[in-house]
Amino acid sequence: MNAPAYNFAYLDEQTKRMIRRAILKAIAIPGYQVPFASREMPMPYGWGTGGVQVTAAILGPQDVLKVIDQGSDDTTNAISIRKFFAKTAGVATTTATDEATVVQTRHRIPETALNANQVLVYQVPIPEPLRFLEPRETETRRMHALAEYGLMHVKLYEDIARFGHIATAYAYPVKVNARYVMDPSPTPKFDNPKMDNCPALQLFGAGREKRIYAIPPYTQVVSLDFEDHPFEPYRFNAPCALCGAENSYLDEIVTDDKGGRMFVCSDTDYCEGRQAAGHHGALSAAPYKEKAQEASNG
Amino acid sequence: MTTIAELPPGFADKVLSAQSTFRSVMDAMARPGSVQRIVPMAGAPDTMMRGTAAIALTLFDHDTPLWLEARMAESSDVVKWLKFHTGAPVVQDCSIASFALISDGAALPPLERFALGTSEYPDRSTTLIIQVESLVSGRGFELRGPGIDGVATLQASVKPFDLFERLHINEALFPRGIDVVLVADDAVVAIPRTTRVVSKGS
Repeated sequence: MNAPAYNFAYLDEQTKRMIRRAILKAIAIPGYQVPFASREMPMPYGWGTGGVQVTAAILGPQDVLKVIDQGSDDTTNAISIRKFFAKTAGVATTTATDEATVVQTRHRIPETALNANQVLVYQVPIPEPLRFLEPRETETRRMHALAEYGLMHVKLYEDIARFGHIATAYAYPVKVNARYVMDPSPTPKFDNPKMDNCPALQLFGAGREKRIYAIPPYTQVVSLDFEDHPFEPYRFNAPCALCGAENSYLDEIVTDDKGGRMFVCSDTDYCEGRQAAGHHGALSAAPYKEKAQEASNG
Repeated sequence: MTTIAELPPGFADKVLSAQSTFRSVMDAMARPGSVQRIVPMAGAPDTMMRGTAAIALTLFDHDTPLWLEARMAESSDVVKWLKFHTGAPVVQDCSIASFALISDGAALPPLERFALGTSEYPDRSTTLIIQVESLVSGRGFELRGPGIDGVATLQASVKPFDLFERLHINEALFPRGIDVVLVADDAVVAIPRTTRVVSKGS
């Protein structure tokens, strides 16, 4: 017998208990980073070991799992994690946001609004928003204890002094429940408003840094800003070239070496859903154009 | 003298029962005031409700010092059952406990005696698991805070009668504080430290 016998969802039960206790504390103290004994996972750090451990601890046989990487369901990271749980937990997987009960994400929040029956699990590389301003853990911990976040405002101010606007475009710091300043993981700041008052539970796992934190449903999440330089979400000023969406977050794709480029939705499920519904953009694939024409002709 | 063979059993399916129980507790903690049901059943000794037993099997182990309220601590069945199924060390000093089990709310010590966490590590606090009479009938309460869309209402019959007034210490202590899990048979309601509870109509 050489066949590997895994426990349900890979992790052993003692590890799951430890992670589950950390998750409960994280929910009780919104935005606070709870230390946990992160395990080695059968994938390298940086591939979402934190998110994978959180997902493994909450996942049950009834769950439907969706995994996205930068909004896409079909990149290496997303596929390998989805297959990992399909194999070790036997759960159903999906690419449709509204069918999923657990969505593990690397650096995007789906465009489709989440509902109260869903849990969003973020993969986090550096959980400490103050880390690049203050390298010492003892000091950042003290700063969180005292709610001393002046340094973060100085950083944003330096952006304004140098560029004339807040140039931070991703991992844009937020304040959770008017207390803890939190790193939303390197999501584009376009996604920050979706975290505020979200009906779904949001869990964050950082495997290498050994931290778990959470935003409970319906919790106030405010992006830090200044009265005269209010927070502004950023998106390329173009419609999606495939589905024509005017309000989704776009990826810029270089198409040749002569400066050609196209902008497409970063959320592949959202984009495909819109195309299937007959929306089309300037560079839509033919079948969708035909469909749209048929619809307009008849 | 109960032998191990006579102890009430744990979960029939350790892995999936623990997962299902955890999701109920997680949902309770994420949506304070909502009544969650614990589905998987385990044997429960003596004064312990089946919901409490399931939570114990799901969250307790050798890493979680456990404090028992007198009526539970006096029951050798409860102590033996916890020791056999969870391995959690039972401590006398409630200020170092990860969890406290309370079957008789009237015997709840002042909340300040439990671990409240520190400003740097507010997570190092005691989670109280209190058995109550009912979570569907009784006095009306209004809850506000993270996890609640506006106001949540709860009908509960709890002891001590002033439990929610006592929990007001959480307001000044935050981010330190006490998280509470209320259990009535298979029903669970969580009151994390961020939740503000007032009596209805007051």
